[in-house]
Formats: sequence, structure tokens, C-alpha cells
Amino acid sequence: MSISLRRLAALCRKESYQIVRDPSSILIAFVLPVLLLFIYGYGINLDANRVRLGIVQQDGGVEASRFVQTLQASPFIAASLSTSESAMRQQLQMGEVRGVVILRSDFSARVRQGQGAAAIQLLTDGAEPNTANFVASYVQGVFQLWLNQRQGGQPAAATLTVQPRYWFNPTTVSRNYLVPGSISVIMTIIGALLTSLVVAREWERGTMEALLSTPVTRAELLLSKIIPYYLLGMAAMAMCVLVATLVMGVPLRGSLWVLFVVTSLFLGSALGLGLLLSTTTRNQFIAAQFALTAAFLPAIMLSGFVFEIRSMPLAVQAVTYLIPARYFVSALQTLFQAGEIWPVLLINLLFLLLSAAFWLGLTAWRTPRRLDGN
Amino acid sequence: MAVSEDIAIRLRALGHAFAGRPALHALDADIRRGIITGLVGPDGAGKTTLLRLMAGLLKPDSGSVQVEGLDPVTAGDALRLQLGYMPQKFGLYEDLTVLENLTLYADLRGVTGAAREESFQRLLAFTDLARFTERLAGKLSGGMKQKLGLACTLLGSPRILLLDEPCVGVDPISRRELWRMVSSLADGGMAVLWSTSYLDEAELCGEVLLMHEGRLQYSGSPQALMDSMQGRSLLLQGIAGNRRQVLRRALRCTEVIDGALQGHAVRLVLRTASELPDLTSLDAGPHASLQTVKPRLEDAFIDLLGGGPGGDSPLAEHMPPARLPDGVDADAVIVAEQLTRRFGDFVATDHVDFRIRRGEIFGLLGPNGAGKSTTFKMMCGLLPVSSGQARVMGLDLKKSASQARQQIGYMAQKFALYSNLSVAQNLEFFSGIYGLSGTRQRAAVADMVRVFGLQPYLAMNAGELPLGFKQRLALACALMHQPPLLFLDEPTSGVDPVSRREFWSHINSLVDKGVTVMVTTHFMDEAEYCDRIGLVYRGRMIASGTPDELKAMAADADLPDPGMEDAFIALVQRDDQLREAT
Repeated sequence: MSISLRRLAALCRKESYQIVRDPSSILIAFVLPVLLLFIYGYGINLDANRVRLGIVQQDGGVEASRFVQTLQASPFIAASLSTSESAMRQQLQMGEVRGVVILRSDFSARVRQGQGAAAIQLLTDGAEPNTANFVASYVQGVFQLWLNQRQGGQPAAATLTVQPRYWFNPTTVSRNYLVPGSISVIMTIIGALLTSLVVAREWERGTMEALLSTPVTRAELLLSKIIPYYLLGMAAMAMCVLVATLVMGVPLRGSLWVLFVVTSLFLGSALGLGLLLSTTTRNQFIAAQFALTAAFLPAIMLSGFVFEIRSMPLAVQAVTYLIPARYFVSALQTLFQAGEIWPVLLINLLFLLLSAAFWLGLTAWRTPRRLDGN
Repeated sequence: MAVSEDIAIRLRALGHAFAGRPALHALDADIRRGIITGLVGPDGAGKTTLLRLMAGLLKPDSGSVQVEGLDPVTAGDALRLQLGYMPQKFGLYEDLTVLENLTLYADLRGVTGAAREESFQRLLAFTDLARFTERLAGKLSGGMKQKLGLACTLLGSPRILLLDEPCVGVDPISRRELWRMVSSLADGGMAVLWSTSYLDEAELCGEVLLMHEGRLQYSGSPQALMDSMQGRSLLLQGIAGNRRQVLRRALRCTEVIDGALQGHAVRLVLRTASELPDLTSLDAGPHASLQTVKPRLEDAFIDLLGGGPGGDSPLAEHMPPARLPDGVDADAVIVAEQLTRRFGDFVATDHVDFRIRRGEIFGLLGPNGAGKSTTFKMMCGLLPVSSGQARVMGLDLKKSASQARQQIGYMAQKFALYSNLSVAQNLEFFSGIYGLSGTRQRAAVADMVRVFGLQPYLAMNAGELPLGFKQRLALACALMHQPPLLFLDEPTSGVDPVSRREFWSHINSLVDKGVTVMVTTHFMDEAEYCDRIGLVYRGRMIASGTPDELKAMAADADLPDPGMEDAFIALVQRDDQLREAT
């Protein structure tokens, strides 16, 4: 395969004009990423700070009042008080509170009699298991604390204290790992979705037939699609990194050149996949549908960006090894939060390289020089 | 040998099939330099496949192609610079300007430096596009797009030019310009292959390859073919009474193999020049006379295909006469009054007036983008009216569009059938949406299957039907609810002449049953079938009348007996001059 620089430059120039003049590609490359970053950065929050909790206090005794005070004093709970159980149940149904603690009229009596077992009733909204678990453990924790305090000040004090320290993300802000993850989704959209349209568009409009009747070679055709979209992808990446670090305050601990290499390799597989779909289907609509299912959805669901891979069923875990976004997410999260942890990065780089070579190679093999195949 | 140097492309026993379905059967032909060779045939004849084989874009299944003595597939790289190929949807980038498109193809074809400057100047002057270099290709008219396409194809001065239907979607004026340009190239020694489904266009070619269903029917000079028909083409003039019935009677005569309406006259083709049909049996009135006229390529093509269909339509025999509801004026079954449609600032239809009588064929004739389709869609209630009125059968389309649509049978340009449903399913579906059910539906479907001979195809998907049968099916779907009005949008473009004849014999018989027909077309042949024509140009109706009246309006000293296309061009140019003057 020979390449003429003049022809390649002419094709790249044409492709760039088309990108610049098509508002939808600018929208996908620069507006959509910012939108997604903000959605993932601020809209989605996996930290459960201050759970709304309802308290039904039917016991006016001192013990009950003290327990309620302890609940209200907790930094994790926003409590609202009521004496009517039915009113609170309704609030729970409406989703206005995430859980209801009920102190029956015999609360004080039962605490004094026994060990405090079954003294309180906790209702939580099981429709959201994650939140329900939070509520349950918060309330149990507070109850335990209160029991301890009641049995004589601070009995366990000084013997043992736990001081948790979270590595890599000391404040445990979920944004710090969601944002790097969401960059992988953005790069998938630009790399696979945008390019899935471009070759198919040439087939649909009949321009491919005209191109094929000129002395253009297969390598030139392929490179003229890869180079402009690679540059577009890198520009979008630069913008994402700037927004993430400067605007959203996400730390970037790794070096820029490693980030550059990782992104380049990932774009290689995304572009390869997009072009392959476009080349084989020759239809924009079908290619875009395939790109959504084959690249975009796995990038969200199977990359470990939102859902922890280790908690997936084994069969699904096996599938994630085929998703390039998995390695990209892992590399990005490492680079942003921890810096250059080479054992992690190298394995991810290796798989990204293999994946890029695979998809680009397949595309090169499938790019036709005639209408009826190769 | 001097003769062989003359030959640019050689086809020997060339065959090609798609997924086992043969598209070309053992073709032998030579294409010479210095003339335009017409590759002529209806859609689906194999024209595009043949051109792609010559351009090296497809690999032949059997036989051989030699272009300049080279195999286009194995010697593709060597050939690509000598060969200019312009596909049907020419590969212009619509979001690039005229100059950017030219520059791209110049780079791809290796035209650089001073040679580039020189060719740009020459081609821009040649195509008259110099004023539009900064305009986006997508914003050019159909004719200008084709000229730009041609200019891009001509970069690098190819010795062979392959043009795939360059005149589709191009108005007659640009069509003539394009033809003149390509002729001058052929005069300069280029080998030009021009594919077309218009037989009148083919008459002008130096040689033609006449194709039908993947087979070569004739190759050689069109003039020789037309000469062989000498004395067999007649014009029946001075007809009194219903000319459609005269045509039908004429087609029943064994001496006549083909016939068509031509304005008020009837054009006939005879089996042999010596045997004339008996004038009295035609019952065309006391002043009727038969006169020999110049044969057309179409006459010869139909003769090669074994003659046209008879004039009797089993469809019309089956349809009951169309009756008008009480209170509907028979002189104004379809009415447009000051009909206007705006899209933003652009006026697509500008105060158009017409009234169509019961049992009349009214044609909207005009170049692409003139506003025919917009007008047509408003009359069907598919597009809201901006101002003015559109009425069918006394119903205002603004108020009772769906009631009005029930009265209309609609057949669209590209036969809006469900290509992945079988013929039977299409019939069932379309009868269903027009409100037929139960025994009435079954009877209607069975009738259509019988009259259109669809029985062998019932289980086949509509998309796989031959074009002629697709057209029959589309007509069947439009007629099952026995509508008194029939709207046809470019009904026979690209269809072979025999199927076109058959289609119009159905329409003619329906009209005699009182069905009113409105048709849009840019096809001059179809215009001749109309009782009256409205000529639409730039949104306005610039002339209306019978085909003969329009021709008379255009006649002048230079052209005392203009054809329909001449009339069209003259009237459009006159309107342009009038506009410039005001």
C-alpha cells in the first residue's frame, strides 16, 4: 500500500472542512463532553451525606428524648420529628424521608427493663437498597452509641480508637473517580459514534463511489478518516482534562504524557471500531445503532466506571476483559487519583495496545477498493 | 488495423450476477472514440452494473472487459487516471464549496501546479461555474451540480468518460447544455459512454447500446435503427371524438404494434410498412388522415421488444364508472384557487389557479424544484396550505383533509410500497387502510390480482419485483378502494416503454370511466397524454393549455413545429426574459 502525501493531505483537509461545517460534530465533540462531565461530576453523587430520616416519638420520657437528641446530633442524619406514625409512613411512601424511626410509648420502659432489644422500629425504603442500607447502618450506629453513653459515659474510650484514612481519595469525593471514568465515555462517543457515521455517509451520498474511481489507495482512505478524528478526539480530551482539573477541582496526579499515550491507544480502538462498523454496514443509522450497543453502553456498564467489576457475575466479568473502556477507565482513575502506579498502568496499556491493533487491523482489512468487497 | 485503434473499450461475453441473480448476460460490444455512445435502457436493465465493471469497481463473473487494452480490475492503478467515471449520485461533497470540491479531486487525480490553474480556468469557463466558486455544492441547482460533477471528473484529462444517467434530476435546459459540453469533448477524441433511460436523448448519440433486462438488444447507430423503421411510424390527425377510444381501436388492429397519444393526434407504429390499418375501422371521424412521420428510437425499441401491449385494459373493464356525489360541479372536481405555500421567505407555490373537469387528465409539468411536488402535496392534503384554497370533490382540504383523501388514489414517484412485505401483504395492507374489510376486501384484492396478473408473484417481496410489476402493484394499491380521483406523482420515470404504454392504457381507460387524473411529470412523453397541462416554473404557473396549445405558443419562425420539450424550454426562457425585464 503506497501513500501519496498530497492525496492524504487533500482528503484530511476535506474531512476537516466537513467536521468544522457540521454543527452536530462540534456539538458531539465539545458541547456534549462538558455536559456529561457536569452530569457525572455534580448530578450523580454516590456519597450518602445527610440522609433524611423521620422520627415518630410516641414516648415523652427522658430516655426517648435523649435518643432523639442523639439522632438529631448525628452529622449524617437530617431528622424530622412527628408524633403521628401514619403521617410519617406517608412521607416515606412519598419519598420525602428515606427511613422512619418509631419510638413506641413503652420505649423508656423497655430500655430500662431489658437490654434495649427491639426497643425501636426502623422502616426504610427498600426500593433503593443502597440508601436503605445506609439508613439502617447509620441508625444502628447511633443507637449503639446512645446505649454505650447511657451505660456510663464513654466506657470504651481510650482503650481503642479507629481513625480511618482513605488512600488516593482522602475526602472520598465520588466526583474524583466518576469524572475520569466519564471521560472514557466521552472518548467512546467521539471515537466510535462520530466515526461510525463518516464512512457510511460517504457510501450513502455516493461520494465513496466517486473516490474509489480516483487513484486513492486503501491506506490513504483509512488514514484520512483516522487522523482528523484522532485530532478531534485529542482536542476534546484536552478540554475535558482542563474542565475536570480547573473547574471541577479533580486532582490529576499522573503525568500528562502518560495520559496522552493512554488516550491515544484508547482512541485507536474506538476509531477502529467506529470505522469498521461504518465500512461494513454502509448505512449511517445501522452503524450508529451498532456503535451505541457495541461501544457506548459497554463503556458505561462494563468498564467499572459506575459499577464495580468485581461485584459482577463471573460470566459478565469475563466479558469486561473484551471492552477496551475497561482498561481506559482503570488507567484514567489511576492516573487522576493515584499517579503513575506502573504495575496497574502497564497492564492496561498493553491491553489497550492490543485492542487498538485489533480494531484498526480489522478495519484496514475490511476497507474495500472495489464495490464488491476487496 | 486502423479500426481497432479507434476502439477504447471492448466487452467480450461479459456477464455479472448479484447473489446468483444475473444482471448482465454475455455482452459483446465495442465502444469507439470520438463519439458519444448511449447506454440506453430502462431502470434495472444493467446500465450501472456495466459502467461499474468498466470503471473497475466491480469484478466481472464471466467474460472480459478491456479498457484501453487493460483489465480495469488488475490494472486499476494504471487506468484510473485515463478514465473519468461520474456515478449517478455524483460524489460531490455538499458541505464543500465548488472550488474546494475541484481542489480535492485535483489533488486526488494528481493535477497540480500550473496545470491545475490552467484546468480550473478551462473547466470553470467550460461549465460556466466561475461565478459560483465560493458557493457550497449542496446549494447548487441540479443542473449545476451535474456540471460541477462533470468538471471534477474531467480533471486530469481522462481519455474515457463514463457518465451514469447524468441527466436525472436536471431540467431540460441544463440537459441540453450538458449534452453540448459532452459532445464537444467527444469531438476532441474522447470516448464517452452516456447512460440514460430517455430514448429521445439516445437518438442524438453517435452509437447506442440498447439494453433490456441485462441483455443487449441492439448496438450500432441509432439512425440506422430508426431508418430501418422507415414508413412504419404514422400520425393519425384530424380526429373527431374521443382520441383515447381511437387509440384503443387502433391498437386492436393486427397491423399496429404500438400506439400512443401525441396531443390531439395518435401516433402509431405498424408491423410492416406496406400494411396500413383500415381507417374506417378506427372510426376517427370524416377528417381523419394517416400521415407517415419520422420514426423515433422508441418505436424501434418497442419493435425490438416484440411490440407494445394491446390498448384494452382489463382494469377498466372491472372498475365501475366513477360517479360524483350530488352537488359537485363536474367542471370543477379538483380546484386550486390562488394556492400558495411558503417555507419561511421562500414561496414554493405562488398563487396557482387551476380547475380540473371530471374525466380529464391534468398534468403539472416543470423542472425539479419548480414547485410541482409542493402543489401536488397540498392537493392531497399532505401539506397545509399557506393561503388560497385547495378543493377536491367540493371538499376543502383545509377542513376535511382525511375525508378528501378517501376520494383519492395516490401513486407516488418511487412506488411507496413496503419492499419487505410480500405482494399479497401489500395489497391487504393498502386495502385495509382505505377502509376495506371482510368479503369486500378479499374481493378487491382478488380483482386486482386478476387484472394485473399478479398471481405468480403473490408470495414474493415487493422489493424483489421487476420494475414493471412494482408499478402495476403500486397502481393496484392506489385503486382498490375505487377512487373517483387519481393522483400520480412521476408515475413512469425510468420504466421501460412497454410497461409505460401499458400503464397509460390503464389510465386512459379509467379516464373514460369518469376517473379524474392529476399527474406531475418532467417527462415529455407523459405530458403528451394529458388533456391539459399547467407549466410550473419558480412556483408560478407560467402557462396552461392543451399540449398542442402549448406547442403553438412556443412556435416561431425558427421552429414552426416544436416538440413538447422545445415548447417547454421556449416558455421557460420567455418567462426568464420577462422577469429580467421587470
